[in-house]
Amino acid sequence: MDGSATFVELDRSVGPGCSEVSILDPNESSFYDFVSDEEVTERKQEEPCEDSEDSSDNPEDVDAVSEDERVVRSLRERDKLVFILSEAGKPIYCRHGSEEKLVSLFGLMQALVFCVQDDDDQIKSITAGAYRIAFLNKGPLIFVAVSRRGETPGQLALHLGYAQSLIVSVLTAAQLKKIFEQRRNYDLRKLLGGADRLMDNLLDGLEQDPAYLLGAVSCLALNPSVRDSISDAIVRHCAKLKNLVFAILLADSQLVTLVRMKKYMLHPADLHLLINLVASSESFKLSESWTPICLPRFDANGFLHAHVSYLADDCQACLLLLTVDKDQFFVLSEAKQGIVQRLRRYKCLEAINRAMKNGGYTMQDVNIPEIRHFLYKARPTAQYTAPLFSAPYDDSYEKDRLLALYHRMHQRMLLPGSQRHLKLVYVVGKYECLLCWVTAFFELYAAIEPLVEKEAVIPRVEKLLNWIKSEESRLFILTSTTF
Amino acid sequence: MAARGNTGPKPNGSAQGKICQFKLVLLGESAVGKSSLVLRFVKGQFHEYQESTIGAAFMTQTVCLDDTTVKFEIWDTAGQERYHSLAPMYYRGAQAAIVVYDISNQDTFGRAKGWVKELQRQASPTIVIALAGNKSDLASKRMVEYDEAQTYAEEHGLLFMETSAKTAMNVNDIFLAIAKKLPKSGGPGPGGDAGSSATGRRITEADNQPSSGASCCK
Ligand SMILES: Nc1nc2c(ncn2[C@@H]2O[C@H](COP(=O)(O)OP(=O)(O)OP(=O)(O)O)[C@@H](O)[C@H]2O)c(=O)[nH]1
Ligand SMILES: [Mg+2]
Repeated sequence: MDGSATFVELDRSVGPGCSEVSILDPNESSFYDFVSDEEVTERKQEEPCEDSEDSSDNPEDVDAVSEDERVVRSLRERDKLVFILSEAGKPIYCRHGSEEKLVSLFGLMQALVFCVQDDDDQIKSITAGAYRIAFLNKGPLIFVAVSRRGETPGQLALHLGYAQSLIVSVLTAAQLKKIFEQRRNYDLRKLLGGADRLMDNLLDGLEQDPAYLLGAVSCLALNPSVRDSISDAIVRHCAKLKNLVFAILLADSQLVTLVRMKKYMLHPADLHLLINLVASSESFKLSESWTPICLPRFDANGFLHAHVSYLADDCQACLLLLTVDKDQFFVLSEAKQGIVQRLRRYKCLEAINRAMKNGGYTMQDVNIPEIRHFLYKARPTAQYTAPLFSAPYDDSYEKDRLLALYHRMHQRMLLPGSQRHLKLVYVVGKYECLLCWVTAFFELYAAIEPLVEKEAVIPRVEKLLNWIKSEESRLFILTSTTF
Repeated sequence: MAARGNTGPKPNGSAQGKICQFKLVLLGESAVGKSSLVLRFVKGQFHEYQESTIGAAFMTQTVCLDDTTVKFEIWDTAGQERYHSLAPMYYRGAQAAIVVYDISNQDTFGRAKGWVKELQRQASPTIVIALAGNKSDLASKRMVEYDEAQTYAEEHGLLFMETSAKTAMNVNDIFLAIAKKLPKSGGPGPGGDAGSSATGRRITEADNQPSSGASCCK
């Protein structure tokens, strides 16, 4: 097990008591300390010394650096890694590395999972120094995340759950099961060719896009009358089509409209997979595409067939028409032409272009100087809105830090095992204060100027809620359209 | 879809000429350059980094032969293994197929032979099959000899050309050669559906015009 050397801490930390989730946050008692900026800063400084420590610790390694070893070392420079392997220990995927060079490391991960399983238990996460390692063993596959970005186990579990869903979306759960029943040792990479770009994009998105954490999608800001005309155009050309389940229009990964068959709902996690598919496939811009896709929450065992096309050369919004009938391509292609003609006639293409060009709003538009940034999720519709990240969160480091804070808040208030009785949390920090407010109707996360008096915060937040209310009809899709 | 977005006038005023419409499918191992060939033919472009196709991509392109306008409805299939079971949906009802391999990769030639076999067994008996040895610009890495492929093609009654989507060599030519070989007597074959050919395709749609890459009216 050559590759295991650099992950030796991981070995040490496996032992009694380590097999369960219950690895506590180091500072569980004082929440903000744990999420404080110092921690992130610390992390940044740690990096160089850690590496040098490494080489001095294991001088013998330097002489005989195997290929495996070199790959593992290059991986150590990453903040976060995700691995996917089969239960037989066969490598399937590695973010930021070539999985075939990591066979021994994969063996180790497999061993960890099974050691614990032998005790009728499930390994969920390990904390080892600055690293947190999370495991998900689902179906015939094992998913592992190794991170020193300071995510909570709940967050990492969310990421791994999405990685699992993505694989199901490409192959279906039924097919996955069958493959490994027939051949336990099957090399699944053969069937996932080309899907790694979807996985890479998804894993990046999970770190950067609040949509995943909120379990919600954001909508392209449009006048409700325009949005209605768009939905209407879709209904007109699609209502008669049997077997069409969903029609979805996306612009820059935002939802323009969603029309669905009356009896079916689209789960936000399934919509995220579709958004990820479109965002990671430039080639959809060049032609009409026709592809099977499984939406795990809709039906993990079957494929839908998606007609995917951009509206026009002069309007880069992407229309997805999902049907259960694999022979409907030309019917859907024709429907799409009709939709586009109507949208052009009613000047909706221009409206979409304008909204895409605007690219959202900033806190300046909201005009509440004490509030720097926020996320607002409308819970009943699973839609959210957020301003663009402006100063001080306009550099990627600060943005990451803020997102990590939101993640912590979310974890604390909403994930299973958290203090769900909490409705409102206010945390005073050095660089900003954070507020999280959860009701039956919304979740609000806000970053507030650090020097604002506590008493002044609630009125500001109420002002923000009023602003959102006044913009609601543009920022959200308030009525659901069906065929 | 760019090829359809244009609403200009019909490009070549040969209104009296016949219009024939044919369904053409591209098959072959992943990464041999199927999408690149289509992109070169339809849009005159080449991308060094071309994404692996998801499912199948549909495009149309028109070429002119003497007094006949030939409109190709092109299915560019994904070569990835997980899509193989879908292939019949695209070659069923196709009047033409281009089976592509990469001259720098012997395995892809083997796979191409497999496709030819499958087509000759399962597709329409009148299907016109062309074999394309793509990436001919990579002469220094050649693994499949021209003569070997040529002999194989002759034995199996295939059109054969070595092509390069990168340099454009023989790309228009192979499509033109197919167009010439297709029967243009009688009515145009209905394009058919991706699956069952439930609806005949209207051929009077004037919303198509060849873009820069087209070899129209040479
Ligand atoms: N040098 C050279 N490279 C080429 C040529 N044609 C395609 N390529 C490159 O080969 C790679 C694969 O090309 P694609 O067109 O995506 O191959 P494909 O057959 O469509 O692959 P799938 O969609 O996965 O089935 C891309 O990086 C192209 O740039 C060529 O003629 N010469
Ligand atoms: Mg392709």
